[in-house]
Amino acid sequence: MTHARIVPLNRDEDQPSLPGFEDAEDRWRQDYDRQIGTERRIVNRSGIEIDPIYTPENWSSDRYMADLGFPGQAPYTRGIYPTMHRGRTWSQRQLIGLGTPGDYNERVRKIVDHGATAISLIPCNSGFRGIDCDEVPLPLLGTCGTVVNTVDHMDQALDGIPIGDISTAMNDPTPFTLLAFVLGVAKRRGIPFERITGTSNQSDYISHFVANHMFYRLSQPGSRRVLVDHVAYCREHVPNWNPVSVVGQHMQQAGATPAETMGLTLSTAIQYAEDCMARGMDPDAILPRFTFFFDISISFFEEIAKFRAGRRIWARIAKDRLGARNPRSWRFKFHGQTSGVDLTAQQPLNNIARVAVQAAAGIFSGLQSMHTDAYDEAITSPTEGPARIAVATQNILREEAHLCDVIDPMGGSYYVETLTNQMEEEILQVMDRIEAAGGMYEAVGSGTVQTMIGQSALAAQEKVEAGDEKVVGVNCYQDDDGVEQPEPYRPDRQAMEAHVKAFKAFKADRSQATVDKAIAGLREAAQDESANTFEKVVDAAAVGVTHGEIIGTLREELGFGHPLIIA
Amino acid sequence: MSEQPIRVLVTKIGLDGHDRGSRVVAAYLRDAGMEVIYTPPWQQIEEVVALALQEDVDVIGVSSLATDHLIVPDLVEALRTADLGHVGVIVGGIVPDMEHPSLLTAGVARIFGPGASRDDIVDCVSDLGARVRGEKLAEGDFSQ
Repeated sequence: MTHARIVPLNRDEDQPSLPGFEDAEDRWRQDYDRQIGTERRIVNRSGIEIDPIYTPENWSSDRYMADLGFPGQAPYTRGIYPTMHRGRTWSQRQLIGLGTPGDYNERVRKIVDHGATAISLIPCNSGFRGIDCDEVPLPLLGTCGTVVNTVDHMDQALDGIPIGDISTAMNDPTPFTLLAFVLGVAKRRGIPFERITGTSNQSDYISHFVANHMFYRLSQPGSRRVLVDHVAYCREHVPNWNPVSVVGQHMQQAGATPAETMGLTLSTAIQYAEDCMARGMDPDAILPRFTFFFDISISFFEEIAKFRAGRRIWARIAKDRLGARNPRSWRFKFHGQTSGVDLTAQQPLNNIARVAVQAAAGIFSGLQSMHTDAYDEAITSPTEGPARIAVATQNILREEAHLCDVIDPMGGSYYVETLTNQMEEEILQVMDRIEAAGGMYEAVGSGTVQTMIGQSALAAQEKVEAGDEKVVGVNCYQDDDGVEQPEPYRPDRQAMEAHVKAFKAFKADRSQATVDKAIAGLREAAQDESANTFEKVVDAAAVGVTHGEIIGTLREELGFGHPLIIA
Repeated sequence: MSEQPIRVLVTKIGLDGHDRGSRVVAAYLRDAGMEVIYTPPWQQIEEVVALALQEDVDVIGVSSLATDHLIVPDLVEALRTADLGHVGVIVGGIVPDMEHPSLLTAGVARIFGPGASRDDIVDCVSDLGARVRGEKLAEGDFSQ
């Protein structure tokens, strides 16, 4: 099956009848050719050649209804809601993770006190690795995320945070222990699960196999099953939670071009939707809770075109291919994070300018939620001062630059509309390749995706090496700006040592019989295809079974997923 | 002897999985004619030492983007304990300036940050590899 395409432009009958157009264009062309000197060929990251000018010859408003329509109406090119940022601006969701649960709590309380209605939690890399803190060299604990291994840890991390009223995004890969801990805390505090809102930000296991190897993986079939279990459980018990976030960010950070990223992400979303539907779920019951997570690179217009095209393609897929009838299912809801790959360790203050441009691209793209990187993120997990500037950048763009006054202000630009159509074509080609390889799940197993990403990563680096792609402070303007590198965040060793010691004591003091029973329940569910593994993860987490124990059990039953790297 | 290609182990130890850099660097070294042994992320220090011995590598390149450089001194120590103290160790990725001295004092030959050029990396590994070869021969290791 190939994906439906927009009719190509520049058909003869589309030529605009504008009096004087051709003469003026000829004159301009002659002047341009004479004055430009040696013409530089400009190609964007996705491989599309960029012309010096775009006119109604490339895109004319005759195509307005076919390509654009209105915000809140299919195909949603101009945005998924009628009011977009003029009504409600995006959620400012800064990713936070550091140190012990106590350290995290201190940082997150400040944000909530300043009025944040959405928080996030990034666990320590040891959590991503699938192990508890007592198995990790002390210097590595809590440097890049919070050490949360039990429901008690989560309780400390969220102390004083009204989890029934605030949206919590968890960087929570399969099998979703962090959500299980949050639900355990909700149970303790008497908060009904229906009031728990937020997103499982790392549910996209496919991206963990091919693009971001930060994450522990169950085997590919095991991950596939647990994700569907998770969606089924959330639909029934935590209906306001978004169980699926498809993470294009990983693909782009690993080297995929913007067009490849969007294609791979949409193909992944199709895979997850069809896996859920194969389990008997109605597309309209699951798709309104699908979300996407993307990088916003500094390739400004290309990013805007990427998102506008992606939004349009997803609407068609949800409706025509997946058969969703409810317009809520067609909406492409996405979180954007300004791209860390574009940041430089050289002249780090320059990153403030980069992030502002990336964030502007994100706003013009119509995102629903945003994280702006701190300028020190090329060197360390964000420290407090730089993180404040990152949030202020969003506020300045909204309040002072007035970027939110008009919905889709790039709409109708000859360039942006042409580029949106061209990006759509590129994205659909990537999706056709994945489809030809048997869908995303199969394409991962065969290495198609890894090869695509690896080649693009190398090509991008070679452009920088050759000076074809300029990076200020790296391959041009390399003067020392005299600014000292910001000091990296390192957690307090003693506090971390005490945290690990308390964890060991907690394990020794638990009722072993209760733990054994919960682990046995999880094991049985894993062996029984008709059972829901995530339900048992929730049960186990609530009675004090640890992150590492839950993953260890599922690993024994469902197998370990080695990263699928094609060197 | 010296016409044998230099053998380099490109690896990641500890917890971090960001491997875009290590894959690109591995390709650079391979294209420069070196024998590259590449591992996925998450290697244990003992595994790296065993692999270095088994593959008779001249240089180990450790990529670290999320603080795993903090345990590189432990790797250098483990190599010494295993009589592999001659193997050159370089680190690439994100190592904050203030943490360079502790790595260099521990015996890391060179630290490459973001923006390091292909030529710099290839030249460094090539020189380091040749020096390590020379030391091996001087010590009477004629196994090659």
